[in-house]
Amino acid sequence: MNRINQLFKNKKDILSVYFTAGYPNLNDTNTIIQSLEKNGTDLVEIGMPFSDPLADGPTIQASSLTALKNGMSISKLFEQLKEVRKTVSIPIILMGYINPVHKFGIEKFINKCAEVGVDGVIIPDLPFNEYYEEHQQLFENAGVTNIFLITPQTPDARIKLIDDNTKGFIYMVSSAAVTGAKKGLSEAQLAYFTRVNNLNLKNPTLIGFGIGDHESFTEACKYSKGAIIGSAFIKMLSKSSNFENDIKKFISSIRNN
Amino acid sequence: MANYHADKKGRYGRFGGAYIPEMLQPNIDDLSARYLDIINSEEFQKEYLSLLKDYVGRPSPLYYAKRLSEKYNTNIFLKREDLNHTGAHKINNTVGQILIAKKMGKERIIAETGAGQHGVATATACALMGLKCVVYMGETDIERQAPNVVRMKMLGAEVVPARSGNKTLKDATNEALRDWICNPEDTFYLIGSVVGPHPYPDMVARLQAVISEEIKVQMKEKTGKENPDYVIACVGGGSNAAGSFYHFLDEESVILVAVEASGLGIDSGETAATIALGDIGIIHGSKTYLMQDDDGQIIEPYSISAGLDYPGIGPQHSHLKDTGRAIFLSATDDEALEAVRELTLLEGIIPALESAHALAALKKMKFNKEDNVVITVSGRGDKDLETYMNRFHLK
Repeated sequence: MNRINQLFKNKKDILSVYFTAGYPNLNDTNTIIQSLEKNGTDLVEIGMPFSDPLADGPTIQASSLTALKNGMSISKLFEQLKEVRKTVSIPIILMGYINPVHKFGIEKFINKCAEVGVDGVIIPDLPFNEYYEEHQQLFENAGVTNIFLITPQTPDARIKLIDDNTKGFIYMVSSAAVTGAKKGLSEAQLAYFTRVNNLNLKNPTLIGFGIGDHESFTEACKYSKGAIIGSAFIKMLSKSSNFENDIKKFISSIRNN
Repeated sequence: MANYHADKKGRYGRFGGAYIPEMLQPNIDDLSARYLDIINSEEFQKEYLSLLKDYVGRPSPLYYAKRLSEKYNTNIFLKREDLNHTGAHKINNTVGQILIAKKMGKERIIAETGAGQHGVATATACALMGLKCVVYMGETDIERQAPNVVRMKMLGAEVVPARSGNKTLKDATNEALRDWICNPEDTFYLIGSVVGPHPYPDMVARLQAVISEEIKVQMKEKTGKENPDYVIACVGGGSNAAGSFYHFLDEESVILVAVEASGLGIDSGETAATIALGDIGIIHGSKTYLMQDDDGQIIEPYSISAGLDYPGIGPQHSHLKDTGRAIFLSATDDEALEAVRELTLLEGIIPALESAHALAALKKMKFNKEDNVVITVSGRGDKDLETYMNRFHLK
């Protein structure tokens, strides 16, 4: 059983943290992952920076731009990740846009993920149909999970189709928004979470977008197995001069207020 | 015979498709399912054709450019899209898409614009239909195309500056897509070129196809011949080229020529010559030729012409390149400016910078005396007067 399934089998209130590889500095990747694990993060999502991240708001756009200026690339990230599995045991997911992956070569990318111990990927602009028709076998053979997003506008039938064809978890985008939307969850959002829960999916869900503090994290956990924090974490990193200390404080503030 | 049109999945050979995040999927699915039925309906056709005739001012003339023809020792016809209402071909598409948006019950229209021609054409269609309009425009373009910004504002549109990247068309498109992600229910994204996820490339090409439909009729009237020998158009995203080529794609005797903007030169690092430089990638939801680096990061394009300053190209054009159906040339800033001056002094027509790239092809090709050559003048030069004033030292 891979690390993602293992995690969801054993835990609830799962805290997943997203950060951009190569930000704030090129070689911070492993320090940040280690510090996240040490302080009780259950899952990390590492963003592969892209010049034109169209589902991201200003915070992740800016961190991507800095990371690219720092010299981050997919090959560079794989080099860094070779080291990380020596000390880190929580699941690692890579998240990024299709063009850099396409340029790297999808097959080569997936095989490399398996080789360095990446458990899953999220490629928001690789549509489900193309994955299903062209790439599913490749991912499954390599043992790399492809995670799909659903949104408040996704029809029930499509949610079920996605659920039938993925193993791991479903990324429940909390609202119609790009990343870094304002914090807090509205009645309408809670109704959407309930609607999805009532579909009795075989996969667990994590809620992302608009989660950035103890209150929104706790609320999200009532409706799913856990939640994902991205922009709020990156904002914290952008101001930090002592990662280990500040990451500890940040994770603790999310978990315990 | 090769198929040059989109298949059901929006593929042109190995190009096209719809590479979009899940947030956009319901909107794209809805539009894909309905656009053909709407366009082919009698109600749409009646309203669209009536707007093209009485509001846009179509058919646009096919003008025999006598002095230009003498200079190049052939027969040159100019398809005068510059004479349309709002000054460019862009309005053919916006009056069509606005009718589709209305049919789909959308109340808010968003658009991206480079030179501002599509922004103006969208703001115009929105004013006509009483719909709210938000136009995203790169900050660089807001400066270099100031008259169009004023027009959009007069027409009641909100013009939102895009401040990422080089602050041009690509960045405006990113911002428009982000807006659509955040407003999926009431908003219609009115794309201005044959780019973006399926069904946009096909939908926009169909709405611009009126250009070649008219050329066919006008050519016959003027020369007695069924087809011209050449059709030449400039290409950034490629909507006026797509419209100019549409009804000639299956007429293999017609040589189709697309002219890209090579900026300061193809190898200068300051260029927008996508086909000349690009390899295959995915931009704004479509697989196509793309200017990108070895890591798959998109390279910022450059051209003096804001409308051609785009690192990708419509997927149909990539397919036309692959199949050899169209010839792709490029023209530099200087060559385009020279073409502006030439057309202005020989024919009394001041073209837009974009269109001047098509005209610049005349110096790069060899024609026979009896050839009939159609060049689409996609827009007029009013919006570029500031650039012309500076570059031609007319202050």
